[in-house]
Amino acid sequence: MAITYTSGEQVEVYRFSLPATILIPLLAVFLQAWLPLRIHFFSLFDFPLLVTIFFAMARRNPIGGLVTGSLIGILQDSLTHQPIGLYGIAKTVVGYGASSLGIRLDVENAGARLLLTLVFYAVHEVVYFMVARGLASLHMASTWQHEVGSGFANAFLGVFLFALLDRLKQRT
Amino acid sequence: MESVLSRYKNLIVLAAVLFVQILGLAVQVRRASADSESSSRLIRVWAVGAISPFEKVLRWGQTSISDIWHNYFYLRGVRAENRDLKLEIERMRLEQVRMSQDADQARRLQALLAFKEQFISKTLAAQVIGWSGSEQSRTVYIDKGEDDGIKPDMAVTTVDGIVGKVLHVYGSTSQVLLINDQSSGVGAILDKSRLQGILRGTASGEVGLEKVMTDETVPVGEKVLTSGGDRIFPKGLAIGTVTQVTSGTDAFLNIRIRPAANLSKLEEVLVVTRIDERQAAPEQTGTVRAADLLAERLPSVPQKPADATLPNEASATPVAAKKPSAPGTIPQANSAVNTTGPAANKTHAPGTTPLPRGVAPTTIPRTAPAQPSTSNTDARVSNGTGTPSEETKPERPAEDHPQ
Repeated sequence: MAITYTSGEQVEVYRFSLPATILIPLLAVFLQAWLPLRIHFFSLFDFPLLVTIFFAMARRNPIGGLVTGSLIGILQDSLTHQPIGLYGIAKTVVGYGASSLGIRLDVENAGARLLLTLVFYAVHEVVYFMVARGLASLHMASTWQHEVGSGFANAFLGVFLFALLDRLKQRT
Repeated sequence: MESVLSRYKNLIVLAAVLFVQILGLAVQVRRASADSESSSRLIRVWAVGAISPFEKVLRWGQTSISDIWHNYFYLRGVRAENRDLKLEIERMRLEQVRMSQDADQARRLQALLAFKEQFISKTLAAQVIGWSGSEQSRTVYIDKGEDDGIKPDMAVTTVDGIVGKVLHVYGSTSQVLLINDQSSGVGAILDKSRLQGILRGTASGEVGLEKVMTDETVPVGEKVLTSGGDRIFPKGLAIGTVTQVTSGTDAFLNIRIRPAANLSKLEEVLVVTRIDERQAAPEQTGTVRAADLLAERLPSVPQKPADATLPNEASATPVAAKKPSAPGTIPQANSAVNTTGPAANKTHAPGTTPLPRGVAPTTIPRTAPAQPSTSNTDARVSNGTGTPSEETKPERPAEDHPQ
């Protein structure tokens, strides 16, 4: 079992099988595009963001995290009619941040996952809004109540989803 | 130098990836005015190609299960629904008669003014299979694409009202921009006041009518229709209803519209694949009266054997005798409508059903009736011109005034 050591703490680095690496992000984007059409409540969630955070924290490799975030974001952008790169840039930053934090913190327990998902949701929204307004000149409308509610909803879903996805982890 | 690169490798890669994406974004934004899709077409085709098969399979499964359940198992209330629908059809047929007369009149006037009218000549039904996945992009995907003849800028509608227009077309799917997206625009007209404006979506997903001056009066509840000015939506399609009117910051009103179509629960839509224009011309078809339709619903007279018919009737009404199978072929039937005279109670033969006032006999065909028409109320029955047919002229006036 390969173990990396950082700042005196012992952290494990995981990897995933190729089918899981490809299909889980695809499934996340698919659910994002399909579920809200049937049940509008699901538009609160950002499944691709949760998958980005999970992969980044599990792999604990910043380059791998940002590349994963970038690809998932671009895939998500491709389904919209807006310029490609809005979600790509936001998820690149999140992927990098999550994997960098994953090296330094214990991200295996539910409390840490809840908090980190909440923080990274906020980072994602801030970056997305900045890029959309600053670079693409899009008018954005959102209320802080909606954002806070959505942040907590994603954080709670993240805890359950990460526990489910933990089963797909393979130790290096 | 090498140690610096390896030390900051992660940050350098992050900066490089962000730089490439920002550059790509800038290129797309710059080209947006010319062709928004050309620079990213390939990526979008791949993404849609990867996601839409799953969506189609799920949609197919959902539809199949729903069909099996509703068509073979869950039939509760179908009989009552069927009865209600029949009543509704009859009510609508009566309404149709009234409206067709108005339409005929309108066509005559349009013909006089050499108007050209637009009409939807071909539509294609499609199912909604997916959403963009972003609150900032209000688009949906339908299961019809280039292979089915879909082209960009085709109007998409439901029976309730318009939905949007086709934005991007792929092989077997298309992306539809909804009317509540902030980049959407539709030419609109208010139903009663005939004020024109531009319908636009907002960032929060609402729909508003712009460019209506503040000195105009727009009542809440007024219907909004397409004006046809955008050359995408044919004129007169329902858009929605005015829900709120406030004064804007500039010289225009701030009007909120509730879309007629439920944009958050779209399942099936119609894509308008062809719109034709034609010179208005009055139609030459026979007039159908509401009374004729009412008469069809009334209890009919059971068919009588030939020997039961009075001898003088058989000889006096050769036209009626040629149609023995039709119910109510009584020679007195035409006089049944004349209930004002003293003979009103004596106008129907024994064993027949008297028709109520103002109702024509059921044997009168709608286009070329052969039955006599001697009463005032039957003046237009014959051929729609108000002139009785030749066959009706020698009928028996004596029967209206029995001896």
